[in-house]
Amino acid sequence: MEYFLQQVINGVTLGGIYGLIAIGYTMVYGIIGMINFAHGEVYMLGAFTALIAFLAATLLGGADSALGLAIALVATMGFTALWGWAIERVAYRRLRKAPRLAPLISAIGMSVVLQNFVQVTQGARVKPLPPVVHGGFTLMQAGTFKVDLSWLQIGILLLTLALMAGFTWVITKTPLGRAQRATQQDAKMAALLGIDVDRVISTTFVIGAALAGVAGLMVTLYYGVIDFYIGFLAGIKAFTAAVLGGIGSLPGAMLGGLLIGLIEALWSGYFSIEYKDIAAFSVLILVLLFRPSGLLGRPDVEKV
Amino acid sequence: MLRLEGVESGYGRTTALFGIDLHVAPGEIVALIGANGAGKTTSLMTVCGNPRAKAGRIRFGGDDITNLPTHAIARLGLAHCPEGRHVFPRMSVLENLQMGAAFADPAHFHGDLERMLERFPRLRERLHQRGGTLSGGEQQMLAIARALMSRPRLLLLDEPSLGLAPMIVRDIFALIERVSAEDKVSILLVEQNAYHALKLAHRAHVMVQGRIVASGTGAELLADRDIRAHYLEGGAGV
Ligand SMILES: Nc1ncnc2c1ncn2[C@@H]1O[C@H](COP(=O)(O)OP(=O)(O)O)[C@@H](O)[C@H]1O
Ligand SMILES: [Mg+2]
Repeated sequence: MEYFLQQVINGVTLGGIYGLIAIGYTMVYGIIGMINFAHGEVYMLGAFTALIAFLAATLLGGADSALGLAIALVATMGFTALWGWAIERVAYRRLRKAPRLAPLISAIGMSVVLQNFVQVTQGARVKPLPPVVHGGFTLMQAGTFKVDLSWLQIGILLLTLALMAGFTWVITKTPLGRAQRATQQDAKMAALLGIDVDRVISTTFVIGAALAGVAGLMVTLYYGVIDFYIGFLAGIKAFTAAVLGGIGSLPGAMLGGLLIGLIEALWSGYFSIEYKDIAAFSVLILVLLFRPSGLLGRPDVEKV
Repeated sequence: MLRLEGVESGYGRTTALFGIDLHVAPGEIVALIGANGAGKTTSLMTVCGNPRAKAGRIRFGGDDITNLPTHAIARLGLAHCPEGRHVFPRMSVLENLQMGAAFADPAHFHGDLERMLERFPRLRERLHQRGGTLSGGEQQMLAIARALMSRPRLLLLDEPSLGLAPMIVRDIFALIERVSAEDKVSILLVEQNAYHALKLAHRAHVMVQGRIVASGTGAELLADRDIRAHYLEGGAGV
């Protein structure tokens, strides 16, 4: 029981991180009907930006202060947002009316470029970061086994919840969110009502990228090691989460992320840690077989 | 208010409009009638920059809008209620109306909303229902109300009666007349339902295969024997 609880805590933390990345996939798919295959690399760039920011802050002696964390967060979100904008501009905008294979290939190209760019400029070796946020407390104890909840996990969960709640509010209640949903449902009509569709699409990439950047920062803090290749697997898992929840659905992305995180943590806790990735992908295959529109997706993926 | 001079337009390499000249003066209702495929929808969409005019000039108010992007044209006060209504299906009626007012002065929003809901009581009943769940007639009312929420100077209306029951068609035309008077908005009306359109319009043009082939007041065209034969009495246009 205690062991199970510990795995659930780990799984939810991981799930929140996947969920944040999955939002970017689902939003972009919703609005242009294409998967942003460079999105995983944005997350990786976020992790590296955070690493650099923390190392700089350590040199200045303030990495573990609240201010240090806030600055790293803002720097990471700003930098990844810029990359999100660039990806849309370079790999998608001109190809929006092209056959669907074209933007797919250009996005994969973008992804390769970003991976290699980081590999060349930062080196291929694994980068460690000494723990920045220390401590936590023991929830319960059974014999020698302790159920721990670290401050870092609490911080990750709270920040994830706040971002998801804030983002849901933006989408459902603000003019920007309305413009986004309108563009998603009928871009031609949205333009006739004065909506600058290009700008709305750009904004979608930017917001999705900033959220993935936060996920990258969290992973840097949580695991303490990153390399230029982490975007690939995390990207595929978050994509799995988005499909599991129902691609195009915002609550679906969050739920899917949570489930993938839990499955992964429980699988590695009870079965085999080597095969944890297989667990997540098996679930994806089952969902695609038995519920292709995902858990919260619409069965009719209508396109106007 | 709106003036098209020698406008040519089309899709890819095919040409759909071969030099259209027409204008709409302030307060006027101008009808554009013609058979299916004549180029009526293309004319209205070309005014909005999608597809873009290949030749000719389009002016709106004092501005040359020939090469402006679609959203910029809309923001000048030119509302387009397109063929097929294009209500946002998964947004509520209220949100659809808010989208119409996206670039209007927010100070007018509540007053304008109240006015629309008085004019279209059915929309008030369905205010929080999704647009996609409305009937065809209700969607048409919503599309018109949404267009008017921007307080346009000119309203482009594309086949508002398409697919509606005859009784509702009558309502819609009565409504268009009221809107033009009460909202002081000029209207360019496209219809296959030529009889109603000609009765309502101050002036009208007949389109055939991408060209305007006849023009006159509504009454003149209604009395014209050829036009009656083609568009009113079981001809291609009805
Ligand atoms: N999206 C499109 N792509 C290619 N051709 C089109 C498109 N829309 C209309 N057309 C063609 O343009 C011509 C004019 O069509 P349209 O403007 O829709 O006529 P109307 O509105 O008078 O029925 C027709 O020959 C039609 O086939
Ligand atoms: Mg038409």
